[in-house]
Amino acid sequence: MIAIVDYGAGNISSVAKAFAHLGAPAQITAEPQIVAAAEKIVVPGVGHFQRCESLNRHLRPAILAAIERGIPFLGICVGMQWLFEGSTESPETPGAALFPGLCERFPATVKSPHVGWNRIELTGSSRLLREVPDGAFVYYTHSYRAPLVEHTVAVTQYGGRFSAVVERGNIFGVQFHPEKSGDAGLRILENFRQL
Amino acid sequence: MKTSANSETLTRRIIACLDVDAGRVVKGVQFEQLRDAGDPAELARLHAEAGADEIVLLDITATAEGRKTLTDTVRATACQLFIPFTVGGGIRTLSDAAAIFDAGADKVAINSAAIATPKLIGEIAGRFGSQAVVVAIDAKRGRAFTAKDATGAKEEQREIGILAEVFVHGGRKATGLDAVAWAREAQDRGAGEILLTSMDRDGTRMGFDCPLTAAIAGAVSIPVIASGGAGSAQHFIEVFTAGRADAALAASIFHFGTHALAELKQTLLAAGIPMRWPC
Repeated sequence: MIAIVDYGAGNISSVAKAFAHLGAPAQITAEPQIVAAAEKIVVPGVGHFQRCESLNRHLRPAILAAIERGIPFLGICVGMQWLFEGSTESPETPGAALFPGLCERFPATVKSPHVGWNRIELTGSSRLLREVPDGAFVYYTHSYRAPLVEHTVAVTQYGGRFSAVVERGNIFGVQFHPEKSGDAGLRILENFRQL
Repeated sequence: MKTSANSETLTRRIIACLDVDAGRVVKGVQFEQLRDAGDPAELARLHAEAGADEIVLLDITATAEGRKTLTDTVRATACQLFIPFTVGGGIRTLSDAAAIFDAGADKVAINSAAIATPKLIGEIAGRFGSQAVVVAIDAKRGRAFTAKDATGAKEEQREIGILAEVFVHGGRKATGLDAVAWAREAQDRGAGEILLTSMDRDGTRMGFDCPLTAAIAGAVSIPVIASGGAGSAQHFIEVFTAGRADAALAASIFHFGTHALAELKQTLLAAGIPMRWPC
């Protein structure tokens, strides 16, 4: 069972719908016990980084313990940003610090938020992106973006390059919305399911 | 990977709009593969397969009885759709919006209700995020403008930048609001996108109102979706260049079949407009 973590960060039913379409058993939950017992964990989310306070307060130990045990974890959008040390959007809210650096706002040279379909450029080998073509289009909607790190496996160009996908062992993060990214997105969710 | 010379890879979006009355798509669409010409779920899926970047479903049902089917329609449509899905029409309260999100929509479009109760924008954005709130603006030009607080002559008002007036209730009621100022206010209140419909151009196939679209795009930092007047690929090129639109919405141009969308995207790509193609 895939636990889709509900921590009050926007509308997450579309992630559940995508897994249902793939025939993958998944459950939306806010219960630490259910998260702790899950075979895989997805933290979706849109909106303000401050929403991660609720994640930190109730679910952080269960999630981090599961990751430690090797349970595959996928963070989407704000859920990916939470994997970093934090975000300048809400400096008092810590991230999980599984990747180094802070998420920052787009520079003033581009319109923000970054909304729409943009390309990912593959920069490293990735289990999550297996059979996803270089240059595939994915759907974004965000105002803050994660820095490039050693474990960045795909980048997108918008006001400079930022981390589109990070991957280290069983920890995966995508800044875009795979559940809204057509066939490429469904491929990514299927890859996660098959891990 | 090939990118354009200026490294701009964020594409302009082509959005297909389905007008739905009591759960059935009106303005029949001539898809050759179509089994049921009025089924929103099947039409939305076909549009997505044909290359639409996003689907907007507008409920134009006049009766309360008919409107009850909206959440069922949204649910059936959403479970087949893995591209962004926006629903508008008759959303008046936070709980109306919550029901639409629960049924599987990614964004709601609010129009008359945002004018009547501007704080609704912030309420929905606060709960579901700004990215989930599209403020739809129906705007009309060429009418002698009488702003509520204006005392000067018509010429003076034009000089201070009033381009178009906001209308509500399906374009039947004038509000006296400046469309550019309202777009800015909607953004400040938490809107994530503006869907601008030119009432002067809607249904004419004469092209989008590019000066008005550009004025609104220049006044806000959130994306602006242009609507009203699409009739040819050239019109889309114009609205993405002179009109500075981030996305363009049309219904009737896609009524000729799935090939129309592919041809449109290829034509725009050849004209240098970043497009998601092939998809």
